[in-house]
Amino acid sequence: MISTMECAVDAQSLISISLRKIHNSRTQRGGIKLHKNLLVSYVLRNARQVYMNEKYAEIYRMQQYEEVMTVCNEIQELNPLDLVEDCEEQTGDCCGSVSESASLCGALLPVSHQAPSVQHIQPSSACSVPLALQNEEVCKSPDPSFYRSCCAEAYPVSNCDFSPVNNMHCNKTTVLDLDTHVVTTVENGYLHQDCCASLQQCCQGAQSPAKKRKLDFGYYVSEIEEVPDFTPCKRAKFEDSSYACTEPLDTSNISNLISIFGSGFTGLVSRQADLEQALNGQFCSKQALASLGAWTRAIVAF
Amino acid sequence: MWPVTKCNWRFVVSGAGGGGNDVQWCFSQVKGAIDDDVAEADIISTVEFNHSGELLATGDKGGRVVIFQQETENKSQSQFRSEYNVYSTFQSHEPEFDYLKSLEIEEKINKIRWLPQKNAAQFLLSTNDKTIKLWKISERDKRPEGYNLKEEDGRYRDAATITTLRVPVFRPMDLMVEASPRRVFANAHTYHINSISVNSDNETYLSADDLRINLWHLEITDRSFNIVDIKPANMEELTEVITAAEFHPHQCNTFVYSSSKGTIRLCDMRASALCDKHSKLFEEPEDPSNRSFFSEIISSISDVKFSHNGRYMMTRDYLSVKIWDLNMENRPVETYQVHEYLRSKLCSLYENDCIFDKFECCWNGNDSVVMTGSYNNFFRMLDRSQRRDVTLEASRESCKPRQVLKPRRVCAGGKRKKDEISVDSLDFNKKILHTAWHPQENIIAVATTNNLYIFQEKVN
Repeated sequence: MISTMECAVDAQSLISISLRKIHNSRTQRGGIKLHKNLLVSYVLRNARQVYMNEKYAEIYRMQQYEEVMTVCNEIQELNPLDLVEDCEEQTGDCCGSVSESASLCGALLPVSHQAPSVQHIQPSSACSVPLALQNEEVCKSPDPSFYRSCCAEAYPVSNCDFSPVNNMHCNKTTVLDLDTHVVTTVENGYLHQDCCASLQQCCQGAQSPAKKRKLDFGYYVSEIEEVPDFTPCKRAKFEDSSYACTEPLDTSNISNLISIFGSGFTGLVSRQADLEQALNGQFCSKQALASLGAWTRAIVAF
Repeated sequence: MWPVTKCNWRFVVSGAGGGGNDVQWCFSQVKGAIDDDVAEADIISTVEFNHSGELLATGDKGGRVVIFQQETENKSQSQFRSEYNVYSTFQSHEPEFDYLKSLEIEEKINKIRWLPQKNAAQFLLSTNDKTIKLWKISERDKRPEGYNLKEEDGRYRDAATITTLRVPVFRPMDLMVEASPRRVFANAHTYHINSISVNSDNETYLSADDLRINLWHLEITDRSFNIVDIKPANMEELTEVITAAEFHPHQCNTFVYSSSKGTIRLCDMRASALCDKHSKLFEEPEDPSNRSFFSEIISSISDVKFSHNGRYMMTRDYLSVKIWDLNMENRPVETYQVHEYLRSKLCSLYENDCIFDKFECCWNGNDSVVMTGSYNNFFRMLDRSQRRDVTLEASRESCKPRQVLKPRRVCAGGKRKKDEISVDSLDFNKKILHTAWHPQENIIAVATTNNLYIFQEKVN
């Protein structure tokens, strides 16, 4: 079985390789090969699922950390504002590499003893999550007992549903322009910069633990193109009490071409019309919604 | 219970059916250019013996068909080895351009299928991605001479100069083999044709592309019947494509088609005009412990072939060969690993596109041995009766006449023994995708990239 860390890295490279193949197939002699592109789309879907599961595991671990922080705050009875902000900052910063969060989580496991030192934790990595893949469709509910352990374990891939039928409703579209190689997300008709979080959706696990969280926290994920310097994360408050929801995990701040690969070829024909309406020029620093024609042409050829 | 032995062995063969490990294979001939610089047009794309085994046809990427003919054997000499020599060469398909879709149509010959011989001429079907052609190959060994109105070179004579009349006669001439296109079956396929198969009724044949299968009559070119259509109403919901199709060798109402999902459907044309509903579905559940990113790719079936007796069929996917009993749908009766050592290399094979290679497979005359190709110019003989297998190599180094082929071994890991080849040393550019077995004798044709090797059984 593929370990979490390996499959996260391999999944990314597989995704880029697969996209390159699809792109190249447009110019191959003899026309687009339906069979080959279908098989490549399966690899893309598999890689995306694995990658998203890993990301979800990260988020969940971070969530665990947050809960621990809450507990420690309450125990310490310190000035809620100061400590919360510290915790938020550190929490936001710790959504970086798995190893980082793992170490943080590990450090936090004996909460009561380490609580005082929490605020001094200085994660060195920024929120330099590589251009992650959006996950509208979530795996079958992860085993809660797995997520209780903060340290990264080999992800139980068997929990993942590789079935092509696992196609959750998709309220956002992500497009990759194969000519300029920029990625853009459009959610509910609004163009998003990938790094902005709709935080009410952030970190809502498919099956969160029954605990309700009273603490607001911010969660920010940057894209891989940004210099991973240590920029404080944008944060926003969001209503609590949504943790027990059963909405699919929507880390809407992450762009993903693969979001349009629901099952088989589902979604390959992008919702170009929707996207064009949605262009409102917001937050277009790195991403630009380039013309989707290049991408859709490949599919329309069928 | 073994299939009835129908073959007609020229040489004494040891073992129950022969052809496997009891048989020693010797080099016989190699056709094609020697130099390593391969012209793309010369890449062999299909190999097929005719029903008697006397003729061997190859198609290449350049749209050419080359037919070899076995020399008439000299029965008085038991050691005589008949050789295959070029019989006819012709350009079957040319590159075309579809202006409506702005697509170039490759001239590569995807498949050749021979028709059973009915008269002096030979007929074969050859197909590229879009068009199937029926070719007549006939011999001419005499020509008429002594026309009254024409000169020998064809010019018409001035009528005023004719003073006598004579009867034209046939005179012998050097043998000339002519190939002429008799039918062109075009414009019936939107997607790329991957298979053609002649029905046992000798009147109809099927052609299959990624999503549809059409039934043709050999005499009628302007009409074909669609018998299978798996195109979804919404192309976004596409999950599988047709990868191969074949008629049953004896039952003219039965055919099978394989899919990219690793399933085979058997259809009965008597059940309904449109055979979207299968009569039987052959599928083996996936082994969850082998799950990987590439599970869908390696389970895609690249070839399906009925056994000569019609009781079994064989499928080839990327790593294995499976033999299915037509009466058992839930699992194959036999599974052979072709190159299991590649399972850990799937990621690299995906990167270099080798994982998409479509290997073919074939039966020997009495269905006791099956053969398929691999990389590094290796090919595998899988003896069903003795449950043994051997790996052989088609290489220029073993090209001495009647040189016996030595079994090859691939070392998957650990210590490499002498004479073994490690997986990392395999040349993945040297692949044997197309092989053919003489219908009656132990003669095999193995196509490397641009060479055709002919091996025969060792004669003592």
